[in-house]
Amino acid sequence: MKPSRFDATVLALCFAFLYAPIVILIVYSFNASRLVTVWGGFSLNWYKVMWSNQGLMDAAWITARVGVISATLGTVLGTLAALALVRFGRFPGRMLFSGMIYAPLVMPEVITGLSLLLLFVALGVDRGFWTVTIAHTTFTMCYVAIVVQSRLLTFDRSLEEAALDLGCPPVKTFFRITLPLILPAVLAGWMLAFSLSLDDLVIASFTTGPGATTLPIKIYSQVRLGVTPEINAICTILIALVTLGVIAASISTKRAELRRIRDEHLAVRNAT
Amino acid sequence: MAASSDTAPKTNAKTTGDDGGHSAGLSRWLVVAIPYLWLAIFFVAPFLIIFKISLSDTAIAIPPYTPVFEGFGAIGDFVSQLDFENYVFLTDDPLYIEAYISSLKIALVSTVLLLIVGYPMALAMARASSTIRPTLVMLVILPFWTSFLIRVYAWIGILKPDGLLTLLLHAIGLMGPDDQVQIFRTDTAVYIGMVYSYLPFMVLPLYSALEKMDHSLIEAANDLGCPPWKAFWKITFPLSLPGVIAGSMICFIPITGEFVIPDLLGGADTLMIGKTLWTEFFGNRDWPLASAVAVVLLVLLVVPIMVFQNQQKKVA
Repeated sequence: MKPSRFDATVLALCFAFLYAPIVILIVYSFNASRLVTVWGGFSLNWYKVMWSNQGLMDAAWITARVGVISATLGTVLGTLAALALVRFGRFPGRMLFSGMIYAPLVMPEVITGLSLLLLFVALGVDRGFWTVTIAHTTFTMCYVAIVVQSRLLTFDRSLEEAALDLGCPPVKTFFRITLPLILPAVLAGWMLAFSLSLDDLVIASFTTGPGATTLPIKIYSQVRLGVTPEINAICTILIALVTLGVIAASISTKRAELRRIRDEHLAVRNAT
Repeated sequence: MAASSDTAPKTNAKTTGDDGGHSAGLSRWLVVAIPYLWLAIFFVAPFLIIFKISLSDTAIAIPPYTPVFEGFGAIGDFVSQLDFENYVFLTDDPLYIEAYISSLKIALVSTVLLLIVGYPMALAMARASSTIRPTLVMLVILPFWTSFLIRVYAWIGILKPDGLLTLLLHAIGLMGPDDQVQIFRTDTAVYIGMVYSYLPFMVLPLYSALEKMDHSLIEAANDLGCPPWKAFWKITFPLSLPGVIAGSMICFIPITGEFVIPDLLGGADTLMIGKTLWTEFFGNRDWPLASAVAVVLLVLLVVPIMVFQNQQKKVA
């Protein structure tokens, strides 16, 4: 296919549209002026202000803990769900099961949030840190399940079958053979789950309680009062963390892929 | 998928048969049961509860509703206590009906706009040389990883009357120095926010459908003298339909219930049901009415959700 000028223009415009607001946000976090539209010179002042804002820092710490715990739980549950969907063929209630995996992906957050809150109230659970964590685990596990499922579908099963034929018990086969092979997808799923948890405002607002204000809830309440460079500063840090994480993950996946190919070549050469 | 799911039961039957042990059966059972139970408790049960509470009376207390269901002996009472008052209220007050219609309209228009912007982008990505394609995909995914809230917030600074768009238009002389852009807190701002936030969700399914396409079909059409636009309309577009459907559903369903974008970018007259539900719940503390609002929204979205699920199954 010859690259057309039309395609190049479309791509340039669309990526400008996607990235310009983010770039502007980052640039203005270094603005000395309090007014968002007036450039008052370069300054790190807003990062200092942000750092000394105790409420914001507490919220960041809570968000980080919710994110790590819910992403980890969600990854375990999501990986199990993906295995169940791909490997177990037909089992009773499979239709309902795959429905339960796909529905949360598109379900409006206000519905998921409200319904979970009503469950917690009905069970008499005090709302707070753990209710937010459970809520996040529930919707992130579905994303993990989709990511791991797509890896399992394109996966060469001959290694697994060889282990099973040689008498390796299924659980051991999973930990020795399957898990290392699907690990990049599992890690990608964890990162996705963590970033979704970090990002969530609506579900957290419904399921949170006293003393468990997450960062998005805090940012949202400040945004409602108006745009301030302090929020730009915390947003810039979040963007930087996520970008670094994604880049690190993609580099390590690529490395693992290269190593795997090299090992396979070696194995083939040794065998012949 | 079809092939692997056909062979999967056989292989599994064989391995459990060879093994003969209970541990294999047990671990297999746990793999299904643990996520199944989790989703049943934290995803399905809440829907039953929301449905139940939408049928109960409002009470000024925490929880601010009267329990409808107390113990299994009270099923008779339960039925007699059921109260459709909240649903009657929803149909009586034109505000709610208008909010539903307006949400569906905004979601529909946003989805069409997303297709108009996303399709050329996905097509250009699919036609790019295979060396830069992974980078392009990465560039589309990256904004999706950064916070939704942050990306919506970024637009406030641009669209405000004294914001950057006004400054830009002043600078290039398209607008008099006394004029200001009147987009912030209007439906236009909501549409910009929707297209911006959901663009990766639209582009990726479209791209994966277009990328798989066999380009020799287009070449054959060109060779046989078919004009490019006709070749697009007769070959490319029909072949990309699964991507169009998947992308549209992934955008349309959550946009209908969207809260953050209409709340931060929309005006007082931007009616969306997600905002209404939020106000009923957090503002008026009317939990049963908020539940009824959610149940009706869910009913409206059942068909699109079913279409989405079928599509996903076909793709998998």
